[in-house]
Amino acid sequence: MANLEQLSNSYYRLLTRNIILTIISVSIIPLILVSITIYYQFRTSYHEKVYAHLCEIVHKHKQNIDGFLSEKLGDIRFLANSFGLEKLSDESFLQDRLAALQENYGPVFVDLGVINTAGEQIAYAGPFKLAKANYSDAQWYQQAVRSQYFISDVFLGLRGLPHFIVTVRNTWKGQNWILRATIDFVAFNTLVESIRIGETGFAVILNKAGKLQTTPITKPSLDIIPAKNIYAEFLENRARSADEIRIAVKPDSSDHQTIFVASFLKNGDWLLVYQQHLADAFADLNKTFTMTTVMMLLGPLCIVIMAITLSKIIVNRIAQVDVEKQLMNERVVETGKLASVGELAAGVAHEINNPVAIMVEEAGWIGDLLEEEESQDSKNLAEFRRAIGQIQAQGKRCKEITQKLLSFARRTDGTVQNIEINEILEELVALSAQRAKFAMVSIQTHFQKNLPQLQLSLSELQQVFLNLINNSLDAMESGGGSLTIASRLEEDRIVVEVSDTGPGIPEANLNRIFDPFFTTKPVGKGTGLGLSICYGIIDKIGGKIEVRSAVGKGTTFYVSLPISKEDVARDKTSPFNGPAPSED
Amino acid sequence: MMPPFVMLVDDEAPFVNTMTKRLTKRNLEVETALSGQEALDKLDKHRNIDVVILDVKMPGMDGIETLQRIKTGYPLIEVIMLTAYATVESAIEGMKLGAFDYLMKPCDMEQLMGKVIEATRKKRNHEDKIREAQVKEVLSKHGA
Repeated sequence: MANLEQLSNSYYRLLTRNIILTIISVSIIPLILVSITIYYQFRTSYHEKVYAHLCEIVHKHKQNIDGFLSEKLGDIRFLANSFGLEKLSDESFLQDRLAALQENYGPVFVDLGVINTAGEQIAYAGPFKLAKANYSDAQWYQQAVRSQYFISDVFLGLRGLPHFIVTVRNTWKGQNWILRATIDFVAFNTLVESIRIGETGFAVILNKAGKLQTTPITKPSLDIIPAKNIYAEFLENRARSADEIRIAVKPDSSDHQTIFVASFLKNGDWLLVYQQHLADAFADLNKTFTMTTVMMLLGPLCIVIMAITLSKIIVNRIAQVDVEKQLMNERVVETGKLASVGELAAGVAHEINNPVAIMVEEAGWIGDLLEEEESQDSKNLAEFRRAIGQIQAQGKRCKEITQKLLSFARRTDGTVQNIEINEILEELVALSAQRAKFAMVSIQTHFQKNLPQLQLSLSELQQVFLNLINNSLDAMESGGGSLTIASRLEEDRIVVEVSDTGPGIPEANLNRIFDPFFTTKPVGKGTGLGLSICYGIIDKIGGKIEVRSAVGKGTTFYVSLPISKEDVARDKTSPFNGPAPSED
Repeated sequence: MMPPFVMLVDDEAPFVNTMTKRLTKRNLEVETALSGQEALDKLDKHRNIDVVILDVKMPGMDGIETLQRIKTGYPLIEVIMLTAYATVESAIEGMKLGAFDYLMKPCDMEQLMGKVIEATRKKRNHEDKIREAQVKEVLSKHGA
């Protein structure tokens, strides 16, 4: 039994596990696939978008800066072309022009200077004392002399401050002269400084030598340091066209993965580099990734919890159904047993009936012969008659027994029919009489007369009461006692009491006696199903079965059976005397 | 009254033999048959049989079928059923098919004799009435 239980337990465990695994794999695998696919699609398009956006920004600023530079150059060129050396050599005039420029464009122009071929500054207007300064050795001067327009790199120069200059070369009387304007570094710097995206995005401008032309704003907390070696790579691989924008993802000097977007400006002299930490640039994407991950963890967690709960519920239900089914099977087996016992009884009864009939007839024939005159003298005549009478009486007894067997076996199905409860009880008492005699039990019956008929299944009721009577007899087997069966009418039901004077049922067992497989009988003697089947039958027909017991005094079962509302009159069968042809 | 002419039908030969002796001793004329088919054959020969005592349970043609055949072939002959099954059902069926009465085996001889005499009387009564009717018919035809 324990082994069987173990077996079924492991079966249910296996079933639970399989259901859980099925649910989990069926729900989680698509979830993961969908999540990963969507995430990667999203990631790809998001990357493209971010890159496009960054390129756009860099492109715009490149245009802005180029525009700024050419505008400044234009201003100076206009100045140089429209006034000529003579006027511009006059420092006070130059001061006026500077003031006018500053009025129009803000403090972008710091100072103006006119330089002759020898590199001497012949006129100067501005805040620094740079008149008569000699620039013949300055690098920018040598370049400026060679080209008509020139914009220098940022340098410290004589004044010791970072700045850059715009020069225009003009010719007067065969002599080259140069008009020079200093562009305020701060004003220029704001152009690049304004390129700020997210936490770590910023831009710098480099010259061909890789020197910074702008100061990057470095917040100490952010640890943003321009990475020179990477800029150098950009500078080395010069763009084929001026408008080309290149993107690279490389670790920066502090080993953060960083996006670099670079584009040349000022006709390839300067390089605008925008850089931003990858994590910062894709902050939204990372947020999405975190969310997806959380969902991917929480979702399966929910699924797992659901799968476990659901499968436990399902398996419990299955186990319950299995128990019910087993009970059902037992009932069917029990009913089947009873039916086959019935068939056997019927067969035996019929087979015995014929020989008994012959014996009785033979005895009768002897009786007939004894009536003849020649036998009348026999001295043993009285004894012969007594013996024949005895044979006939015992034959009749056999007949009664077979009658009972037959009527018990008549039907073992659930067909509902009209039933006289007292008749059934009497039949069962007669059947149990022999057993009761051996168990030294006397059976008393107290039947209320004229009880209404019941509309129930005969065989089922027989089963119930036979079970109760057998249980009582079993209980009293060792010590004898008395079994009382009583029937009475109570309102709309008939109550049958089966009470014995046996040892009684302990309180602890009383609640369990109707449970399937509960038995106090030794192994192999009882199935523990008898009372649960009784309970099932009585419950099915809307009746009640109750028990009261006192240890040492006895046990009483109360079975109440509902009387059907349509109290059909008993269909009496009157002998039908064949068709009588009567003609008058 | 002429003694009743009875036919006893049962598959148990010893039963038939003893019963025949006992019934003959009680002044009955007895014919026997050990199966339904034999009974029908003999009825054909002995047209003056009054009552058939028929066992319900027989191998081959059973009592109910034999009863049906007898009732279709010889409607006036009365049939007393002998049954081991004291069931209302088989009794009802027998009655519906026109049996005179039924008795349980083993049966009481006096009871059986009573039924046989009753049945014979009924059968002869019917025969008389039919005869009378036939006479009346003939008379009315000729006398009209």
